[in-house]
Amino acid sequence: MKAKVFVTLKEGVLDPQGKAVEHALGALGFQEAQGVRIGKYVEMNLNGSDRTTAGARVKEMCEKLLANTVIEAYRFELE
Amino acid sequence: MKFGIIVFPGSNCDWDCHHVLTKVFKQKAQFVWHKESKLPSVEALILPGGFSYGDYLRTGAIARFSPIMKEVVAFANRGGTVLGICNGFQVLTEAGLLPGVLMRNAGLKFICETVSLKVENADTRFTKAFALNTVVKIPIAHGDGNYFADKETLDRLEGEGQVVFRYDPINPNGSQRNIAGIINAKGNVLGLMPHPERCSEAILGNEDGRKLFESMIRVSCHVKA
Repeated sequence: MKAKVFVTLKEGVLDPQGKAVEHALGALGFQEAQGVRIGKYVEMNLNGSDRTTAGARVKEMCEKLLANTVIEAYRFELE
Repeated sequence: MKFGIIVFPGSNCDWDCHHVLTKVFKQKAQFVWHKESKLPSVEALILPGGFSYGDYLRTGAIARFSPIMKEVVAFANRGGTVLGICNGFQVLTEAGLLPGVLMRNAGLKFICETVSLKVENADTRFTKAFALNTVVKIPIAHGDGNYFADKETLDRLEGEGQVVFRYDPINPNGSQRNIAGIINAKGNVLGLMPHPERCSEAILGNEDGRKLFESMIRVSCHVKA
């Protein structure tokens, strides 16, 4: 089983990197790009086949290490 | 007085701290490798600056799970004196010993320069030797020093006098409320982004950092942890 984890800054937390990229996109003529946010993408292979257990374990990984929930939100997909 | 200096892979201010403590202040200091699971008998701990684990994932995020950190947390919970400088501050926030988090500098650049700081609380075991509201010059060298916490946490820190150092007048990195250093509620754990160990000798042209170590030496040797 594969887990794909997406970590982004929470709404309301300023993302200067996202802002800089948004400006750059605008300068390139992509004015439609708004609210650009930069995040992290983590993928991993999981041993075992029980999705419920895997979901609970990945959530724990996110809470403990992959995201700092003071400033970051996370979501993940299992496939 | 005996200090322990925690060394993570990527720490690079460990020797600076050791030098200042042993050569300038004539104290005892011992390195503690992060893989250790027991602390030596010391009266204060320093988590030095650097780039532990290459700042992978987030600054301090992986160092915070080093084996020695369990002991550091226990030492802090017993009331032991713990100082985190720069990357050490980042590790302390990730470990939950201090609130908030150090984000990427608002200007996205690594900043290496001397900044002005106001001492906002001179009644701590780290700042007793300073005069209240005095402005000192201490160098910073970081890419992730932008202090962030939610509004309630910031209000609580301000209300309880836990904001110890504030950038004044220029905020170099976008920190909320110009915060450069905070202390925990119990008053035994301090984290700050500037580097007092880099300005504690006349030969370096700046001795403003001395008073922080003087305070610790004066007070912490009377605290048992």
